[in-house]
Amino acid sequence: MDLTIFFQQLINGVSLGSLYGLVAIGYTMVYGILRLINFAHGDLLMFAAYVAIYGITLFTLPWYISFPVAILATGLMGILLDRVAYRPLRDAPRISLLISAIGASFLLENLAVVFIGGVPKGFPRPAMFDQVIVFLGLHLQVLTIYTPLVTLILLFGLLYIVFKTKVGKAMRAASKDFETTRLMGINLDRIIAVTFLLGSILAAAGGIMWAMKYPQVNPFMGIFPGIKAFVAAVLGGIGNIVGAVIGGFVLGLGEVLIVAFVPEMAQYRDAFAFVILILVLLFRPTGIMGEPITN
Amino acid sequence: MNIKKQNVWLNVAALVALFLILFLFENYGSKYQIRILNNMGIFITLAVSYNLVNGFCGVLNLGPNAFVAIGAYASALLTMTPAEKQLNFIIEPLIWPLSVIQVPFLVSLLAAGALATVFAYLISFPVFRVRGDYLAIVTLGFGEVVRVFCNALQSITNGPLGLKGLADHTNLWWTWGVAVLTVILVARLINSSWGRAMKAIREDETAARAMGIDPYRHLLLGFLVSAFFSGVAGGLLAHLITTISPTLFTFFLTFNLLIMIVVGGLGSTSGAVIGAALFAWGGEALRIVERPMDLGIFTIPGIPGMRMVVFSLILMIVIIFARRGVMGRKELNWNWLLRASRQ
Repeated sequence: MDLTIFFQQLINGVSLGSLYGLVAIGYTMVYGILRLINFAHGDLLMFAAYVAIYGITLFTLPWYISFPVAILATGLMGILLDRVAYRPLRDAPRISLLISAIGASFLLENLAVVFIGGVPKGFPRPAMFDQVIVFLGLHLQVLTIYTPLVTLILLFGLLYIVFKTKVGKAMRAASKDFETTRLMGINLDRIIAVTFLLGSILAAAGGIMWAMKYPQVNPFMGIFPGIKAFVAAVLGGIGNIVGAVIGGFVLGLGEVLIVAFVPEMAQYRDAFAFVILILVLLFRPTGIMGEPITN
Repeated sequence: MNIKKQNVWLNVAALVALFLILFLFENYGSKYQIRILNNMGIFITLAVSYNLVNGFCGVLNLGPNAFVAIGAYASALLTMTPAEKQLNFIIEPLIWPLSVIQVPFLVSLLAAGALATVFAYLISFPVFRVRGDYLAIVTLGFGEVVRVFCNALQSITNGPLGLKGLADHTNLWWTWGVAVLTVILVARLINSSWGRAMKAIREDETAARAMGIDPYRHLLLGFLVSAFFSGVAGGLLAHLITTISPTLFTFFLTFNLLIMIVVGGLGSTSGAVIGAALFAWGGEALRIVERPMDLGIFTIPGIPGMRMVVFSLILMIVIIFARRGVMGRKELNWNWLLRASRQ
């Protein structure tokens, strides 16, 4: 394989990986506090993509208004999800919470089928993301370069909130010890709502970029990115925000490079993430950045 | 007459009544009714065996679709005639020993169950190293991996084309016979010391371990028994609908099973039976919401997907507001029924 193709694939992998990373942050934050896999998290990608499409086609908004609106709407959707599906079950057994999450995921997907229809819609990609630049012999779509940049900007924004603000301090406290945080007089429901808001905003950004990368949107588009992002979160060390992004990069790079080097493996592509998951759980359950388990 | 003897007689009487009803439907029922009853029998087998892991062992397994798929393919490949196999496998021929073997239906069902059990044993090592949400996602992953392999291993599964033209061996006697057998065996397992140990693990694994119970062995037994019956049910399903393809065995199947056992009551075998029966009947009845409705003045067009919205809502409402489902952890038994009827 010559070097240009290798670098081309490397950049594709980084781009895909940063998308996984963006979505993985939402999983890792919610898991850190509620110890819950938010199965409906992937479906927020779909929600954001549809809102963005309708903003552009139905209301003829320019993309720079439609995208933020979609991101905000998805953030509110995340809060609503917590309020309806998870908050009533705070003191219930964990298995109930998970089942509720699965139900919420199917509900979102099928509401989309009912209201929009199952036929995939094309995503009207704004022209400015269509350009291709040639750099050192590499043909790069600008979107492929923007994706990791946006991810890094959002990551630093999030890290600022989590480590430098009061809300962030409360979030970190809640993920360390839920009960004690409550005893300290912190309104946990509010903190959890903020967590869902932030996670959903990142998922929305990921969803819109995903829809521009594979310019087709359907009600079930969020399932696979969702599951893979969760694997990325586990790989990076669940509960660790930077780890989630690193896990995303590793997973995205691995997936792209394996398919590039061994094309026969292409049909097993979707199984790759699960093999990684099983290996991580067998040999290093705390992930790359995780701390050793202590009781 | 002592109570134990009385219960045995009542059980026998109920079974005779059940098979009498089936006999009547077999001979006088419409095709539609027979299909619903067949589905009901298979769903009961699936739900009762699924509930053994989710309800009694208390771990959330999200991969029963994998075992159903394995059972369906195994049994289908074993009953098809070599000529049919050649007709089906156009793109890549079927690998050697499978291409010539043909066995009776019963043997194929047993093989389907056995193969599903073997796979369950193989994945039990990564699965039972973890608990809770991780276990859920690992089993979910296994379900997806099996589906990916069904698509990719063309020389065994015929890939996305699937297998067509299977003989329709499955009838009411098969589906309900297996269902009754499953209920009896699972109920006996649950009432044995193994079953009590499983419940102890469900309530508090650390405490159970302190009592000298080995969680791995008990969870594994539940998992293997569950996989066996799921595999057999897969074989029945394949020979009921006579066409199988990987799309049949997605996570959607697991979701349906989850609705059945949650509505019936996690941790109740009779609940699982009730849930499965309700689902088989209600699922058909709910098709109304997707059909166009003619209201005389105007017609409401059919809304595809509406049925799934209703299912998801039912699941969420039950889990949020009525977590115990219909039966909770109680079982239907004759003493209770007789007392209720006397009042």
